[in-house]
Amino acid sequence: MVHNPKLVAVLHNPVAIAESIQQRKRWEQIFILLGWFSLLVALLTLVVLVADLLIRGWPLLNPNFLPKFLSSPPSSDPEEAGILTAWVGSLLVILVTIVVAVPLGIGAGIYLEEYAPKNWLLDFIEINITNLAGVPSIIYGLLALGFFVYILNWGESILTAGCTLALLILPVVIVTTRESLRAIPIGIREGAYSVGASRWQTIFDHVLPYSMGGILTGIIVGVSRALGETAPLVTIGALTFITFLPDAPIKAEPPFISFNWLWSPFTVLPIQMFNWVSRPQEAFQINSAAAGVVLLVLTLLVNSIAIYLRYRFRKSIKF
Amino acid sequence: MAEGSSSIKTNLPLVLPSRTARIWRERIIASVLFLAAISSVLITLVIIYILFSETVIFFEKVIELDQMSLWQALLEFFTGTDWSPLIEPLGIGILPLLSGTLTTCFVALFVAVPLGTIAAIYLSEFAPAKVREVLKPILEILAGIPTVVYGYFALLVITPVLQKIILGVQQFLFPGREEWDYFQLPGFNMLGAGISVGLMVLPYICSLVEDALQAVPLELREGSYAMGATRIQTALSVLIPAAVSGIVAAYILGFSRAVGETMIVAVAAGLQPKFTFNPLEGAATTTAFIVSVSLGDLPHGSLEYQSIFAAGIMLFLATLFMNVLGYFLSRRYREVY
Amino acid sequence: MVKPTEGAVVTQQEPLKKLAEVRDLNFYYGHNHALKNINMPIYEKKVTALIGPSGCGKTTLLRCFNRMHDLYPGNRYEGQILLGADQPRNLLEMDPIEVRMQIGMVFQKPNPFPKSIYENIVYGLRVRGIKDKAILDEVMERSLRNAALWDEVKDRLKEPGTSLSGGQQQRLCIARALATDPKIILFDEPTSALDPIATVNIENLIVELKDQVTILIVTHNMQQAIRVSQFTAFMYLGELVEFNDTMSIFTKPVEQKTADYVSGRFG
Repeated sequence: MVHNPKLVAVLHNPVAIAESIQQRKRWEQIFILLGWFSLLVALLTLVVLVADLLIRGWPLLNPNFLPKFLSSPPSSDPEEAGILTAWVGSLLVILVTIVVAVPLGIGAGIYLEEYAPKNWLLDFIEINITNLAGVPSIIYGLLALGFFVYILNWGESILTAGCTLALLILPVVIVTTRESLRAIPIGIREGAYSVGASRWQTIFDHVLPYSMGGILTGIIVGVSRALGETAPLVTIGALTFITFLPDAPIKAEPPFISFNWLWSPFTVLPIQMFNWVSRPQEAFQINSAAAGVVLLVLTLLVNSIAIYLRYRFRKSIKF
Repeated sequence: MAEGSSSIKTNLPLVLPSRTARIWRERIIASVLFLAAISSVLITLVIIYILFSETVIFFEKVIELDQMSLWQALLEFFTGTDWSPLIEPLGIGILPLLSGTLTTCFVALFVAVPLGTIAAIYLSEFAPAKVREVLKPILEILAGIPTVVYGYFALLVITPVLQKIILGVQQFLFPGREEWDYFQLPGFNMLGAGISVGLMVLPYICSLVEDALQAVPLELREGSYAMGATRIQTALSVLIPAAVSGIVAAYILGFSRAVGETMIVAVAAGLQPKFTFNPLEGAATTTAFIVSVSLGDLPHGSLEYQSIFAAGIMLFLATLFMNVLGYFLSRRYREVY
Repeated sequence: MVKPTEGAVVTQQEPLKKLAEVRDLNFYYGHNHALKNINMPIYEKKVTALIGPSGCGKTTLLRCFNRMHDLYPGNRYEGQILLGADQPRNLLEMDPIEVRMQIGMVFQKPNPFPKSIYENIVYGLRVRGIKDKAILDEVMERSLRNAALWDEVKDRLKEPGTSLSGGQQQRLCIARALATDPKIILFDEPTSALDPIATVNIENLIVELKDQVTILIVTHNMQQAIRVSQFTAFMYLGELVEFNDTMSIFTKPVEQKTADYVSGRFG
């Protein structure tokens, strides 16, 4: 028990206590306002950004004009210029990206989580992947320029672009694959082993299917990032004036499928937008905004699928 | 006996798959998966090889063209304030690119660190569950917007607003002059680009700081509340010290991302290298320089071609350093708790 | 049959004084009715133990006293916990922060803050905005002495609280609770994370502290209840089955459930 009167006064004086509480609650209110302000800045950014794009791009986005905008190649006349080659290019590049990144990423994830012995090599690969995830995307562009374009001599092609973006999103796919595999309880593995399944059978028949939701989320997050990525593709020299579509992948005559499109030059949506926004003529800002809206709709659509999936799988997968 | 055995006859194959075949199949699969895992290391090695080999060629050429020793060239590279490797006389001082990068990054962090931290504390400690459920996906959406769109935002929204604000402040402070007598913010400036980069990394820093706060064990929170502390007192004097390594890691990773950001600065900060720390001017960052060179015709093997690798290696090493630092810091806070 | 020790004998010379009283307390976690019509007194300068099998609600009851349940949504109290003899106030209607400023708590796991030993002790004063160095120093030394930790740490007050051993950390947490001179200190199984020697130290400390402060302790160790407490409440399935002086609970329980529990037939 405290007897020092000065101390009793500070510790047990009801008036002092009430004042202290009131004052501290005022600080708490101020902080809550600050918190709201910070989040409002983020929110406002989103709203202003979308509103500005929509308003500026409306002349090309209104229902009368949109089909033409989507179906015309770029042109030096802003009113004629559209994003046909850009969105086709984006789709084809993303197709290559998925084909390369998904097996590689899932395979690496499975190895690291299910096979790798816990030793220095695993540690090293882990640090390496974390670091790759943080390497600026433009460095991947330099890698692609030096390696794919000149050493492998693939040129400024869809194949180069797709592989570049695949390397870029590889860490995302690996990390989410590992996290999803880790979330599968050990009992399922032991159950499969106990009926005589081999390691690969256990993984392929049980572990992998059960963790597919999480892995899918990771792939989609990666794809949405690849869709919006510009810098590495600019670096490999993709900022060219492309008015024609790549060779069609499906042909009328045998063998029906052609891979010539892999080698054709291309442009993608974000590059088209960058091209227009950096032009001095103000008229192209409209095209830029409209391309921005299409790009935003596309990435947000893909992203929201991932967010939805993640919240659905939250219960079983801890991120 | 014979009757009994026939009645429980099953369809199991008489010959089981060969043991050796199974073992070999497992081995092959494991090897293929190992190759996939090791590919990430290969990527890093190829990055390092490409960057180094082209940079070495860059220096060899510079030495030959300018008739200087390797040491002089390296000294010039790290201390020179003129970066113009494309025009004679060659300027190979990297400092203008670094000054541009640092200036935009500091503007970005000036925006993102306080806002991101406050937002993270609010989301982690104050926001009701329903508010969190609405706000977190919005922040994720914000983090998913392509950076070229943020570049558009910086050039066509933020900069015009800044121009009006700066003009307005001057007119208020020194009234009565003609409009053109006042300082005009150039259309390409590091302030607008930096703010936009800051808005881009804000959700990233916010979510990393929130993760660090969430990793603080419940006992510490309850211990603080049990002493009669308010939520803000708990957050500031218990949670932040407890999560400090995770929070610092968040800032470092945010900084690293700002350093590597390309499209925003390429669109909005200007493409001309300039040794300045004044955010009201336009200047190229390291990344913007690489873009500006790539935009033109880039003959393979020319000095221009190699110069972007020399700039790239600086970028790579700087972000590598920060990422590794951030990795170990964030691993430490996970180990402590 | 367990024999009560010296510490449990209620000295009849001094009259008992009620410091607090629980009246018709009901508590709900969402729809889960966790505490049912609890009625019990808390006597001043005595140690009251809450015992019972796990899940019986003893920790839930303890955490009602400093309104810990208010930190999480969906919890609801009904009834009263009256604090003070002359002008009793209902804890459950006061501001939780005000309640916690008067009622300290020591947790299961030692939880020193990531700060120096000194700052850990004066935290309760700092949150009230007390900055006077003389007061802080005085309180710090008094609390550490009361928690029997002063001699061990007086030369290393600037070191982090987490650098101490487990038992020392728990005494640090007790000193931290003592610093603000609370009316009651709540102990939530304070020795469950400690080794036997540290446990003995903490138990001795609790016995000493009861001359200064009222103590409420949750324990699943019946021997501990006998060693440190003067009163014991036996709880079962959210109800208070029996409340009496500790010796009576363990030697001549009235309820069959209590008898079964203290003789080790379940729990």
